[in-house]
Amino acid sequence: MSNKILIEVRNLSRFYGARCAIEDISFSVNRGEISGFLGPNGAGKSTLMQIICGVLAATSGSVSIAGHDILEDPVPAKRQLGYLPEQPPLYPDCTVDEYLYYCARLRGIKRSQVSGSVDISKQKCGLDGFGRRLIGNLSKGYQQRVGIAQALIHTPAVIVLDEPSSGLDPNQIIEIRELIRDMGRDHSIILSTHIMAEAQNICDRVLIMHQGRVVLDKELGSLQGTGDQQYIIVAFNEPPASLDQLYSLDGVTNIHALGNNRFRISCRNDPSLASVIAGTAAANRWGLCELVAESESLEQTYLKLTRATAGDDNGA
Amino acid sequence: MMIAAIAGFEFRRLFLSPLAWIVLATVQFILALLFYMLLSQYLQQPALYSGLGLTEIVVAGFYQSAGFILLLTTPFLTMRLISEELRTGSIRLLLSSPVAITQLVLGKYLGMVLFMLCLLGMVSLMPLSLMLGTQLDYGQFAAAVLGLALLMCSLTAIGLFVSSLFHHPAIAATATFALTLLLWTSHIAGTNSTGAVAAVTNYLSTLRHYNNFTGGMFNSADFAYFLLLMLTSILLCIWRIDSLRTHHW
Repeated sequence: MSNKILIEVRNLSRFYGARCAIEDISFSVNRGEISGFLGPNGAGKSTLMQIICGVLAATSGSVSIAGHDILEDPVPAKRQLGYLPEQPPLYPDCTVDEYLYYCARLRGIKRSQVSGSVDISKQKCGLDGFGRRLIGNLSKGYQQRVGIAQALIHTPAVIVLDEPSSGLDPNQIIEIRELIRDMGRDHSIILSTHIMAEAQNICDRVLIMHQGRVVLDKELGSLQGTGDQQYIIVAFNEPPASLDQLYSLDGVTNIHALGNNRFRISCRNDPSLASVIAGTAAANRWGLCELVAESESLEQTYLKLTRATAGDDNGA
Repeated sequence: MMIAAIAGFEFRRLFLSPLAWIVLATVQFILALLFYMLLSQYLQQPALYSGLGLTEIVVAGFYQSAGFILLLTTPFLTMRLISEELRTGSIRLLLSSPVAITQLVLGKYLGMVLFMLCLLGMVSLMPLSLMLGTQLDYGQFAAAVLGLALLMCSLTAIGLFVSSLFHHPAIAATATFALTLLLWTSHIAGTNSTGAVAAVTNYLSTLRHYNNFTGGMFNSADFAYFLLLMLTSILLCIWRIDSLRTHHW
């Protein structure tokens, strides 16, 4: 996959009156990357998505999609763009087919190719056999699928999904996630969510937003396990009186007693360390009964970054 | 092409809701009653209208009433055009599509105008049916049809613009009605004045310009009036939608 930059956001700010919704955000997204924007409600995720898609104008800064500025050169930019807003933009009085035909035409697909595009996007989103159903009569999950079908009907380079799994039941969430992961093979995807597991599950990269700023921008791999540090939680039936022996193990930096004979060992990220600890415990008959490797998870990072001033919830 | 796609979709969607059907049926029914009354009056007491022909009485009278009925019904047809998209958020689909706002507005406008022309065709069948029994003044008939068409296009344009101002169709309908009624009757405001005030209020009055058409007179000033109404409303609508991006809505 080429490393071409498909979305370039530079110094983006947006004010609603005096209130700042997003402030000086810059990032870029490469082809074939699934980027997740994670943040509490009111962090500015939806505003950012809308600006990227040209629905809102930024107060300052610029967005370019596949090399076209979204405000200077909107038509070619938007041709490369599929967008699923927070509430799917559906017409409940239309059938799925009518709606998707219209979307295909709106997105500039030639009349002769519309039918094919509609069929392909329905198939991708598991909507085969739903063509003649009224959108208003579909369940929330299927409406969401129609919304996603609409966003990918013209096979855009970039797909922006705003809270794609909100309001769905757990089975539907799993299905939608699989769909998004599938789409990630052919498209660059930006999605926003406030569900940690979702970001962890489908994204290659996570950007945490808080109060209108991006406070963290990391490849997901580096958040999970490949960092410098890891934690191992151990519990012993007969804990040693002194922890010196554990401290002396190569790589252990700190040990923290958690009570109930449980300890959290901070150590260098080395996969063999867990077995060394287990071996030491067995040799000394400490009665090892629990050993869990725990890297600093996305959740902890998220909480650390957003909790400091949480409770400031202004609505996105 | 994009304009045609949007217009076609809007036109077909109109028929998905009962509203369009009800409007078609109601307008047709009320106008049929009025047509029947005008015609039977003319037939029973032709002496009352000494020197005036059938076209001047029945056809002109019919189109005058039709104009007023449309003043009452157009707001219900146009109210949803944009306000509903604002309310449900589906406007985001349009704004994120590779469509210029001008194309978007023109598409919506032409879709509704197409519907209005169907309505015009249906109601015009009634005066046309007089052809079966008598000779019509086709010149006056054509002027009246053109007048009603222009009136419909102007009311639609105003309705479209007002619909883009509000998030609730009902408010859009009320405001459209208030605005068009004000224009329709603005000559009344000038009844007791002379000079510039009277000239302005008379010029603004939709009724005055419309009555010239139904009376069989094609005056380029009246034509320009309707054209101006349409253009102004459409431009305001484009401007309003463009400004949505910078405002919070």
